Amino acid sequence: MEETLKIVVLVKHVPDAQFDRHITGPGNTTDRDESILSELDEYALEAALQLAEERGGPKAGNEVIALSMGPSGAVNAVKKSLQIGAYSGVHLSDDALAGSDAAATSLALAAAIRHISADGRPVDLVLTGMASTDGETSLIPAQLAERLSFPQVTFASSLEVTGGQVSARRDAGAFSETVEAQLPAVVSVTDQINEPRYPNFKGILAAKKKKIASLSLADIGVDASQVGLAGSWTVVESAEARPPRTAGTIITDDGDAGIKLVDFLAAQKLL
Amino acid sequence: MANALVFIDNPGAALKKSSLELLTIARSLGETAVAFTGELNDDVAATLGAYGATTVYQPSVDDLDNYLVGPKAAYLAAAVAASGATAVLVDNSPEGKEIAGRLGIKLNAGVITDVVGVEADGTAHKSVLAGSYNTTAKATTPVTVLSVKANNVEPAPSGDATAPATAKVEVPADGLANSARIASRTEKPASGRPDLSEARIVVAGGRGVDGDFGPLEELADALGAAVGASRAATDAGWIGHDAQVGQTGVTVSPQLYISAGISGAIQQKAGMQTSKVIVAINKDAESPVFEIADYGIIGDLFKVLPQATAEIKKRKG
Ligand SMILES: Cc1cc2nc3c(=O)[nH]c(=O)nc-3n(C[C@H](O)[C@H](O)[C@H](O)COP(=O)(O)OP(=O)(O)OC[C@H]3O[C@@H](n4cnc5c(N)ncnc54)[C@H](O)[C@@H]3O)c2cc1C
Repeated sequence: MEETLKIVVLVKHVPDAQFDRHITGPGNTTDRDESILSELDEYALEAALQLAEERGGPKAGNEVIALSMGPSGAVNAVKKSLQIGAYSGVHLSDDALAGSDAAATSLALAAAIRHISADGRPVDLVLTGMASTDGETSLIPAQLAERLSFPQVTFASSLEVTGGQVSARRDAGAFSETVEAQLPAVVSVTDQINEPRYPNFKGILAAKKKKIASLSLADIGVDASQVGLAGSWTVVESAEARPPRTAGTIITDDGDAGIKLVDFLAAQKLL
Repeated sequence: MANALVFIDNPGAALKKSSLELLTIARSLGETAVAFTGELNDDVAATLGAYGATTVYQPSVDDLDNYLVGPKAAYLAAAVAASGATAVLVDNSPEGKEIAGRLGIKLNAGVITDVVGVEADGTAHKSVLAGSYNTTAKATTPVTVLSVKANNVEPAPSGDATAPATAKVEVPADGLANSARIASRTEKPASGRPDLSEARIVVAGGRGVDGDFGPLEELADALGAAVGASRAATDAGWIGHDAQVGQTGVTVSPQLYISAGISGAIQQKAGMQTSKVIVAINKDAESPVFEIADYGIIGDLFKVLPQATAEIKKRKG
């Protein structure tokens, strides 16, 4: 059997994209009421669970730790991850973190991962989704890797770990690639990698017994001035809701809709 | 000393339109330098000069492409130091954004992604939450790193072309350490159509095409358009995953987006709703795509598209 792994999965609590989302407050930050576990993180969690299960699961000494940074409500993303199957959870929360940009977020997450590494065995793998479904910058995996001096393997559409090395396939623009890196590494995965499992009744019951550790900035040795709006390197100066797109002309095809379409394109000077 | 540094990664024989756009934006920020990788041929050097680049930097090592992102970010950081630039512009590809991200950490510099416009003082415009907000953002740090989306400025040469100076930049050794290595790489077959993320017109198909992208390809070719797809169509294997438009695919913002046989799920809309004009063809009048279409046709795409293609060919003669 393969060596056991200690895996941290980053899970973000984000506003549900099925509803209208809002930017509010002096820092122009996203309103986090009605938030859910970021859909794209479920693929990372599934990948982590599969890697751990191939190695005998928790009994064999594997760890799958769901880590979320965010206000009190963000603990729900950790709880959902535990219901899906993560073995334990960590919630990093501190008022000073509010409004952190990617740079400040990656600083806090890197410190939390170092803390988790110092607590027992070092972390082998940090798994993330390809992007959050709110900020959508995809910056965190790269910035975290830079801060931890770990190699990054991003946009993995398949993943294998053997002999202390990760190997992944990715689709990068004009190329398909296989990439390899030594552990410890940061890996982000796409929605092509697997089919995430749903929490079942047993999982929901089992989650109640699983441990969620709460961390504050003091616990991870980060000063309030390094994070939040104060520690961010970018400011959002203004945010304006775009008028929602409205429906235009709608016609039913009576046999000549293709010609009418061309008339429309010509009128719009799009031909 | 340059004000703006544009990263141009392996352009091959000619610069991409998106690189010309970056150079055009850079000029509005002040004196422009270029951090270049790959072979710099004479034509490309001349174009860089025509677009106002005064210095073209090249890396001291030529195997940056064998690693994932890390060494390129290290090279770019060294080029920022050499040029003294305070604004760095990279393209908005996934790789461009990651290089921007790592560069930001190396330089203690704020990074803004998905930028659609830059003001002379470095203020950046971008839209967030799947196009539902327009925001302005600014870095508070001495250096600003911006990844800029394609298709938001008209590329324009500077008028007084110069031959740019070239200079080598030493790539720090630590750039290669701790980076993932590319073990193998295969180039995907080219379609001959415009690049999806840069195309002026996109014709996209979904589950409704039922395995046959032929009518879409013919319309695309009549319009000089790129072909896109919904995830249902790429998951079914009817077309490559690179054609996927949406939250987990490519984000497009063309002049015209023609959606055929696509229902318009939120994840699909996320990738296309900043298109200037949206046309939707769908059999089902209740499809959510009609809520955002400027011109909607309730009908069968297998009838509507071929008729439109024939009509376009007729009018173009
Ligand atoms: C994490 C995640 C990420 C996702 N990312 C993306 C993404 O990036 N991009 C994306 O597209 N989706 C994405 N999806 C999937 C998305 O939710 C939808 O499932 C998908 O977009 C549906 O594709 P569709 O509209 O082609 O198919 P359907 O929803 O099945 O719609 C097909 C439509 O075709 C119409 N139709 C059928 N036959 C014809 C005909 N002959 N003529 C005209 N109309 C016809 C039908 O009326 C119907 O409206 C994602 C989902 C998840 C969970």
